[in-house]
Amino acid sequence: MAAAFDEMNGPGGDLRPAYRELSRWLKETPPDALEYRRQEAELLFRRIGITFAVYGDAEAQERLIPFDVIPRIMSAKEWATLEKGLKQRVRALNMFLRDIYHGRDILRANIIPDDLIFQNPVFRPEMNGQSVPHDVYVHIAGIDIVRVDADNFIVLEDNARTPSGVSYMLENREIMMRLFPDLFARHRVAPVERYPDELLSALRSVAPISASAEPTVALMTPGVYNSAYYEHSFLADKLGIELVEGRDLIVKNDEVFMRTTEGLKRVDVIYRRVDDDFLDPLTFRPDSALGVPGLMSAYAAGNITLANAVGTGIADDKAIYSYMPEVVKFYLGEEPILKNVPTWRCREPKDLSYVLDNLSDLVVKEVHGSGGYGMLIGPAATKATIEAFRDKLKREPEGFIAQPTLALSTCPTCTASGLAPRHVDLRPFVLTGSRHVTIVPGGLTRVALKEGSLVVNSSQGGGTKDTWILDE
Amino acid sequence: MLSRTAENLYWLARYVERAEYIARTIDATLRVTALPAAYIGKTNEWESALLTAGVSASFYEAYQEANEQNVVEYLAFSPSNPSSIKNCIEAARLNSRSVRTALTSEMWDTINSAWIELQEVWGKGTSSREELARFLRFVQETSLRFDGSAYRTMLRNDAYWFSRLGLHLERADNTARILDVKYHVLLPEEEHVGGPLDYYQWTSILRSVSALTAYHWVYRETLKPWLIADLLILNDTLPRSLASCYSNLVRNLDQIGVAYGRQGASQRHARGVRNRLEHSHMDDIFQHGVHEFIQEFISDNARLGEIITRQYLI
Repeated sequence: MAAAFDEMNGPGGDLRPAYRELSRWLKETPPDALEYRRQEAELLFRRIGITFAVYGDAEAQERLIPFDVIPRIMSAKEWATLEKGLKQRVRALNMFLRDIYHGRDILRANIIPDDLIFQNPVFRPEMNGQSVPHDVYVHIAGIDIVRVDADNFIVLEDNARTPSGVSYMLENREIMMRLFPDLFARHRVAPVERYPDELLSALRSVAPISASAEPTVALMTPGVYNSAYYEHSFLADKLGIELVEGRDLIVKNDEVFMRTTEGLKRVDVIYRRVDDDFLDPLTFRPDSALGVPGLMSAYAAGNITLANAVGTGIADDKAIYSYMPEVVKFYLGEEPILKNVPTWRCREPKDLSYVLDNLSDLVVKEVHGSGGYGMLIGPAATKATIEAFRDKLKREPEGFIAQPTLALSTCPTCTASGLAPRHVDLRPFVLTGSRHVTIVPGGLTRVALKEGSLVVNSSQGGGTKDTWILDE
Repeated sequence: MLSRTAENLYWLARYVERAEYIARTIDATLRVTALPAAYIGKTNEWESALLTAGVSASFYEAYQEANEQNVVEYLAFSPSNPSSIKNCIEAARLNSRSVRTALTSEMWDTINSAWIELQEVWGKGTSSREELARFLRFVQETSLRFDGSAYRTMLRNDAYWFSRLGLHLERADNTARILDVKYHVLLPEEEHVGGPLDYYQWTSILRSVSALTAYHWVYRETLKPWLIADLLILNDTLPRSLASCYSNLVRNLDQIGVAYGRQGASQRHARGVRNRLEHSHMDDIFQHGVHEFIQEFISDNARLGEIITRQYLI
């Protein structure tokens, strides 16, 4: 693996311009001051209650995601490229979904094999021929980006179902502004706080035709025990909309209502943070107590907009991911601005044999996995783990893809032994409404706090950083 | 607003109020039991603390003897007592988490900080009287802070009114329960009046509803049982009196009724109870039996809770 690109001290250790002020400031600031601020930040997070739950960990039902106080900085020029690429990618994702559930031109053009769609558990036949307002399927996308050098941003993963993390983007900024006003004064950082407004206007813009002129939007959560519950309540609060659970909603005559102290009130748009499977026990899992019986029939009748739409999982599936460059070209007739990580599809015999021969150099991921669970990081794994994985792979090759281990870029990060480079990724949040695609400059930077680690997931010990896009 | 949100706000306020009340009960009992036996007689004050908290039956399922250690543990920390202070704070936090959007950050901060302190400082209970005193102060301060931040920071809309309903309903229930358990020491039996035993019992009652100083300001008299009953039942100026709780309940219910453009069973019922209190005199109450009066009030009050739930919360 090549040496990682450091975003502050580029190749050869030359200070990159975006980090000039930060570097100067770091030199002026005594290390204990940083440590002191770090503790203060942690206290603030705990008091605000910004916690997440780790599944399968009864001891720590509510944990804090470690926050690193050193910001990650990008120039306006870097952001401009990234922004263009993200908008292009999300447009393509929406067009792809519209096509898959309607004409299926892309299958007839033999760009994606049929069985990858129709035998995929995240494909929702219920959505066949179902129209959604303004053909928007993915209203909120979280695209995971890594960079490997000064010029190339690479998409690691598309999240088109219920991407989370945006509350950290907003809260990290709040806390940084409280803790480091002087550092802010020395930079011109593009603001992120308009995200809730943009989200609300995107959601309202896709209300069904039967909605009133002032559509009612609600955020649907699985409840307080969900790992992202804090984010759900945070967003509902910032958007000024009701935070509903399945039991607060009722479907009557194919319309959705919420139970209020003044009786039933119609809901037009649901920003749902509940997975497809749990939305409606009549259509999907009958054992779901989180859902609303009849919701899908109201959806089919066109009386409710769900954001994101049902069935978007087929667009962010890791098996489909490898076709994204072709998908972009097919629908937009443009070269993709953001690259994909080269991906071997283990379902294809040629790729599989390459993967089996090179397991110790590759990252192998489950096609349907997420959150960093169930993956093999070849270079970091023991022989025994690799062999165990090899068996799994042979038994069910279509369940896996493989990618080279990328030298993710690094950023200076506070560690027990002072500032040190740590690997980072970035999840910007892309909003699609009836008329335009917008992105608040920045996103959530996740950082792998362990030395040399490439896993940034919060469930696996990753932390977060504030992400600054300098407004030049 | 969502019915579930209203329900959570209502119960959140009830739990916080209940935690404070239990803390006051323990505090008042500690003071009485610290007196020489000659002053307090043979009654088991810890037993009556359990009764005022309404958990006597469940206590004896887990313990043999109602002594200080057992009762304090049960009332303050026991996970198996649904009304223990610990459970009240935990339930309050869970309710707060469910309705964060309806709380101001100050209210959330109060409950969340209390919950953190409960685990980090009081996770193992208390091991001395001094610690216990500190714990009880912490609980009372949490309740004051919560109430104060609600009062100072909440919008005056249905969220506020529902939370006030929970507070006053719980408070009325608590005051009535003390009276229910202690009514016998308030009965005007000439031979006892002024005896040291009763005096400290009376002080204890007043203390548990934080009305000892208020008594002196209102009546400018030495402690007299019928005046204490008058203060706690009929005096509208004392925040924990039944009359005051019902003035507030009626007002908050009316505000909801006006905002929603509709009155209902809960407005009627609350007004009925308030009117009865307004037109009662202590003489009549004593004549017809304090005990019966209080019992009737407790069931009327519980009924209001049911009616509010049916009308708004489900």
